[in-house]
Amino acid sequence: MLLYPRLDNGERGYVRTMSAQARVRGVGRREEARERVVVRFAGDSGDGMQLAGGRFTDATALGGNDLATFPDFPAEIRAPAGTVAGVSSFQVHFASRDIATPGDSPDMLVAMNPAALKANLSQLKAGASILLDEDAFSKRNLMKAGYAVSPLEDGALRDFEVMRVPMTTLLLSLAEGIEGASSRDAQHARNLFALGLVSWIYDRPTDITVRWIEAKFSKTPVVAEMNLRAFKAGWNYGETTESLVAGQVHVAPVKDLPAGTYRTVNGTTATALGLIAASVKSSLQLVLAAYPITPASELLHELARMGRAGVRTVQAEDEIAAAGMALGASYGGALGVSATSGPGMDLKAETIGLAAALELPLVVIDVQRAGPSTGMPTKTEQADLLMALYGRHGESPVPVLAASSPAQCFDAALEAVRIAVRYRTPVILLSDLFLANSSEPWLIPEAAQLAAIDPHFAKPPNPDAPFLPYARNDDLARPWAIPGTTGAQHQIGGLEKADMTGTVSYDASNHALMTRLRAAKVAGIEVPDLRVDGDEGAQLLLLGWGSSEGAIRAGVRRVRQRGLKVARAHLHHMNPLPGNLRQVLSSYERVLVPEMNEGQLARVLRAEYLVDVRSHAKVEGRPLFASEIEAAILGELG
Amino acid sequence: MRTLSKADFQSSNETRWCPGCGDYAILASVQAFMPELEVPPERIVFVTGIGCAGRFSYYMNTYGMHAIHGRAPAIATGLAAAREDLSVWVVTGDGDALSIGGNHLIHAMRRNVPVKVLLFNNRIYGLTKGQASPTSELGKVTKSTPGGSIEPPANPIALALGAGATFVARSVDRDKEHLSGVLRAAANHEGTALVEILQNCPVFNDRAFEHVTDKREASENRIPLEHGAPITFGAERPRAVVRLPDGSLGIVGAEQADAAAIVEHDAKRESPDLAFALSQLGDLTHGPVPLGVFRDVEAPVWGQTIASELRAAATRFGERELDELLHNANTWRIS
Repeated sequence: MLLYPRLDNGERGYVRTMSAQARVRGVGRREEARERVVVRFAGDSGDGMQLAGGRFTDATALGGNDLATFPDFPAEIRAPAGTVAGVSSFQVHFASRDIATPGDSPDMLVAMNPAALKANLSQLKAGASILLDEDAFSKRNLMKAGYAVSPLEDGALRDFEVMRVPMTTLLLSLAEGIEGASSRDAQHARNLFALGLVSWIYDRPTDITVRWIEAKFSKTPVVAEMNLRAFKAGWNYGETTESLVAGQVHVAPVKDLPAGTYRTVNGTTATALGLIAASVKSSLQLVLAAYPITPASELLHELARMGRAGVRTVQAEDEIAAAGMALGASYGGALGVSATSGPGMDLKAETIGLAAALELPLVVIDVQRAGPSTGMPTKTEQADLLMALYGRHGESPVPVLAASSPAQCFDAALEAVRIAVRYRTPVILLSDLFLANSSEPWLIPEAAQLAAIDPHFAKPPNPDAPFLPYARNDDLARPWAIPGTTGAQHQIGGLEKADMTGTVSYDASNHALMTRLRAAKVAGIEVPDLRVDGDEGAQLLLLGWGSSEGAIRAGVRRVRQRGLKVARAHLHHMNPLPGNLRQVLSSYERVLVPEMNEGQLARVLRAEYLVDVRSHAKVEGRPLFASEIEAAILGELG
Repeated sequence: MRTLSKADFQSSNETRWCPGCGDYAILASVQAFMPELEVPPERIVFVTGIGCAGRFSYYMNTYGMHAIHGRAPAIATGLAAAREDLSVWVVTGDGDALSIGGNHLIHAMRRNVPVKVLLFNNRIYGLTKGQASPTSELGKVTKSTPGGSIEPPANPIALALGAGATFVARSVDRDKEHLSGVLRAAANHEGTALVEILQNCPVFNDRAFEHVTDKREASENRIPLEHGAPITFGAERPRAVVRLPDGSLGIVGAEQADAAAIVEHDAKRESPDLAFALSQLGDLTHGPVPLGVFRDVEAPVWGQTIASELRAAATRFGERELDELLHNANTWRIS
């Protein structure tokens, strides 16, 4: 769920002043109000585009808009400079109303070099604005980007509003006024110049960026000064250079928001916070074991800094060990979690299977990326669903959850822990690269309002009665008797166990019973009914899962604006599926399932419910776009 | 603290190893040794891998997890991360520890995780019915190597030393006294202890260690490693381990040995060089074999200081601290 931020007026005083000045000076220049804007910062990997985008996001959140962001970068840390392969970008979509996605096509492209222009130009619609560093369009850079003729000269940009700013030249002269500043410092400040100019054009608050620069570079005063001046110079450039910058675009703050305190959060941070919240609400120490892998490493990094919350992180020797360590920690009575991405999931399968046999809590987070194999490590996909559901030998049912938005990762992490602990089972939580890296505003929950999770450890048994490690409660969950519990010594393992007593058993009927008990336990997990957002009389249902929620919501909204009727629902529990799903599916003449894979959920639904769902598949390493959903719906309703 | 006996560590599960398996002798020695720990059975955990040795956990009346092939050291590491109040033991075999689980063993030893690893080395795959193992000797004829193994065997002691293990020892299944002594030393060691136990597989590799277990041969083939003592052995043919002119170690007849050249064992040496040189002595297939503690040095134990600190932090970190953490960002209020 995206929420709608708005800022108390008082917090924008400084900015208001600057804006007022801008308006006075800018008489005769364009003053445009728009409901929503998409800005994409693009440059070389070393140009600081992720930083510029991140700063713009924070300022926009404080400016009171709803927003969604999408960073996109190459897998190589420093791909050859100036090449299309090395282009890194950060897209921010902000609006005066609820928005659901980072936007399909940018209204404004910031291109710091020819390669950035080349990589992004095809995604611009006619009339879009392009801000570029004219100085970067040298012969050499053009050649590196694969341009035979400069696009500035051959009319390639005739459909766009182009702002050619000699950023490098301006910054070099600026550096001359700062004692100790080098031309290299000037070059490195180009991103902040661009940020300043874009901040002026969209009337963003500046004090938050200024404070950030001061804090970030407090140890290197020269760099701080260079960056501050670059940012302000960018802003002033917009304000004064009427010949080039058409004017300002205003996107009003969102109205009618739920009361509360907000922040922006990306999926990684939300997941980390959700796990910590689960640790607090369950009084279980969080132990995260992980092996470095893009993009899941970020979660390890976040939690490695959380010693004050008692979080123990272990960088394991491999993915298998990471899962094993998490399971070992759970066995000891901690909250064992392992996080990885697709290739790591392949390796964790045996441990997840063991956890299913041991019936111990374990949370495995899969931040999906494009596969197979190494695939595209920095590109998103949601193609691990079938592996999560079925990717283990033997009958090995495991609950699977899927997060649907960056902020929703918090709830999803809590829910994963709740299920793992209550039902003594491994749980797979599917996130993806898009969720992990994208951010959005978040209404911060109150710790006291979050439901408690009771680990319900086994108590020392009565000495007269033998301890039964595979006795079950109403949830079919077995006791979690942690080492140290007097009189409850027992031996568990991957070999099939006898019902109740837990001794090794090869008995035929016992194996059938245990197989069905494990399945019934997972099938019986309490899952909320699926809610349908449906128009009266709609005949088409869009059923989605995971990170495509925003795109589907936005696509449905566009179709409704055309006066067409459509219903949509979004799955968060992939196993077990909501109890009312069969009834929901049967209530619509047609069901369309958009997903970033070749139709994995569609296949599951067909198998489970014998419903002839239609698949809208996308496997481009990029998120689904609202426009694609819109077109798909129109195609169905055609 | 109640007085514990061997019976307190015997589980009611029926042992199912083959008759005559060396694992029985090891189990009996371990169960008999356990009371010495003065740790109640509920605070002891045996984590095992796959293979005949893997069944060990079922036969101890402690907490036990029979895990996945090769992964016991990783699972035990996770357990140790969460619980420094437990005595954690890993039981593994040569295939489990050195082949499929090599990586986990290496890194547990490198980290110096507080776990005792008992590696039953029978130089064969038993549970899968007789294939060559990573410790099978060159030329070994097995079902999977009908023409004889073309691979040189791994040396568990050398591997452990290479990985930085702080405690490395070797014992034999059928010598209760020697094994108990090594177990005692391992238990007293604070970090990872790697104990290789030469173990007879009567079905697929019978009498592989006859030269160190048969009473008469043993007295000639055991090189006892005792800290601070000159390394000499052999009843009928007294021999000594000496430093050769090229710097390596060699075995010479006692009568030829220059007393000054006889190596005095030093398990506490910071450098693993002597232990490594000793690991290269002799031959597991025939001839003399060093037995005892190769290395026993103090080093920081993995997580020793942070484990309890973090758990204390976790206890202190409540809802108020969580609220603060959730708000630890640029926030704005909507009223």
